[in-house]
Amino acid sequence: MPSRELRGDGRRRWLRRALVVPYAWLLLFFLAPFLIIFKISFADPLVALPPFTPLFDWAASGWERFQVTLDNYLFLFQDRYYGVIYLSSIKTAAISTFLCLLIGYPMAYYIARQPPRRRNLLLLGVILPFWISFLLRVYAWIGLLNTNGVINNVLLSIGLIDEPLSLIYNDFAVYVGIVYSYLPFMILPLYANLERLDITLLEAAADLGAKRWRAFVDVTLPLSVPGIIAGSLLVFIPAIGEFIIPALLGGSDTLMIGRALWDEFFINRDWPVASAVSVVLLLILVLPMMWFQKVQGQEVEDRR
Amino acid sequence: MKRRGTFLLTVAAFGYAFLYVPIVSVVVYSFNESRLVTLWGGFSLRWYKALLENEEILDAALLSLQIAVVSASVATVFGTLAGLALHRIGRFKGRTLLTGMITSPLVMPEIITGISLLFLFITLTDWIGWPGNRGAMTITIAHITFAMAYVAVVVRSRLTGSDESLEEAAMDLGGRPLRVFFDITVPMIAPAMISGWLLAFTLSLDDVVIASFVSGPGATTLPMLIFSKVKLGVTPDINALATVIIVLVSLGVITAAMITRKKQL
Repeated sequence: MPSRELRGDGRRRWLRRALVVPYAWLLLFFLAPFLIIFKISFADPLVALPPFTPLFDWAASGWERFQVTLDNYLFLFQDRYYGVIYLSSIKTAAISTFLCLLIGYPMAYYIARQPPRRRNLLLLGVILPFWISFLLRVYAWIGLLNTNGVINNVLLSIGLIDEPLSLIYNDFAVYVGIVYSYLPFMILPLYANLERLDITLLEAAADLGAKRWRAFVDVTLPLSVPGIIAGSLLVFIPAIGEFIIPALLGGSDTLMIGRALWDEFFINRDWPVASAVSVVLLLILVLPMMWFQKVQGQEVEDRR
Repeated sequence: MKRRGTFLLTVAAFGYAFLYVPIVSVVVYSFNESRLVTLWGGFSLRWYKALLENEEILDAALLSLQIAVVSASVATVFGTLAGLALHRIGRFKGRTLLTGMITSPLVMPEIITGISLLFLFITLTDWIGWPGNRGAMTITIAHITFAMAYVAVVVRSRLTGSDESLEEAAMDLGGRPLRVFFDITVPMIAPAMISGWLLAFTLSLDDVVIASFVSGPGATTLPMLIFSKVKLGVTPDINALATVIIVLVSLGVITAAMITRKKQL
């Protein structure tokens, strides 16, 4: 009979071999593209296709063909436009995350306190919109928010307003769109956290004479911090680079980095600057991403 | 205590209304006779008829379905292998790199994934002449790459806390590794593989940004087409299309929920 070690090895050997394919796939289609984007961010723009100078010309020998420039990054720092856009994207994402938390926390709390049967139904209600096309859900808001859309028509017909409000093609609509689209991402981790919360702690607090509100602030809220962090990062990270929502609901003055990047790429066709914009965006996102991975890692450890 | 209960109920009710009012309004207006989305001109199915006659939309839908089926299937195989390896092989060369590469796509802005993959395809075409023209194939490759990350996460969370003793017993009885894998491991993680596949399928069917970058002339997926149409505002035939998708997805999700519930009982 093979020893435990050998047996494990037998299984692992074929898994190791099979792993080569997805591993190579990720190296080629995930890692290599980043090296290229990094490389192009140091290249000179050219009016050609591809519109950038080759950083390494493989046919030429020697270093004289090696062209590298920091112009694209200097441009980003000197041009105030980009500084403003980065800051405004971070601001938009932060406010949206806070609004999601404001709506999502009571909802998750409410669901977690229901009897199990109803809990599943309510959860399904949160998950269902997530499966319906993101694009179509954003689109649905155009019909609601339009100058002659559903909301304005209702408000006009009940006489609450005399002329249509401008609800769309501005920052307000972008907030509505982001909060709406990412709300399930906030509710689900919060629910997972609140559901596991030890109810006896709350009872103990109550027994010791704590008011409900006090018990919430002193016991529930601190214990749900991991859920708050996970949910907030799941909203904040994608919201910063969001493109579809500002493109469909935002105004021409809505400054979001995803949209600026799209324009730099498709309209200005300045690929090196677009690459530099991407690299800086990634640098901004590295910290929240690492934080998220740490939180996720702890989650897995906790469950074991 | 009562006041607090009412507060929670109010917020929850408001939250659910917020989630569903837009969806319901699209469905209602898809049956509107009037071309003007704002005025109710009576009940009509004319936009559904227009949808069925719109070859541009039907072609795009077919292309999107093909890409979604192929990319979800490949992503499920790759993602499952990666998830299994990360869970079952304790230490191996490049483990940290694999962990990074398999989790990063989950939080990567789509727009960066799109741009970087386009650069890769251009560079590769420059060097080795492949993939040449961009279209359905490059979109499929892009979708496989980000979808396998989602599959790997789902499979890994299923494996966490799973029982390895069955596999060990099968090995002890002399089962060959591959046989044990297909007879025992696969059935065990099948639910995760199915949800991973569905997730990958949905993500592929929904992607506008990455497809816009890596596609070429001649290959327009359904989301790309919808996006270019709705940029100009609301159109009744898109309402009809949205309703069809909403109904199909809802039926699918509710059926899946009922099946898993029965299994639990």
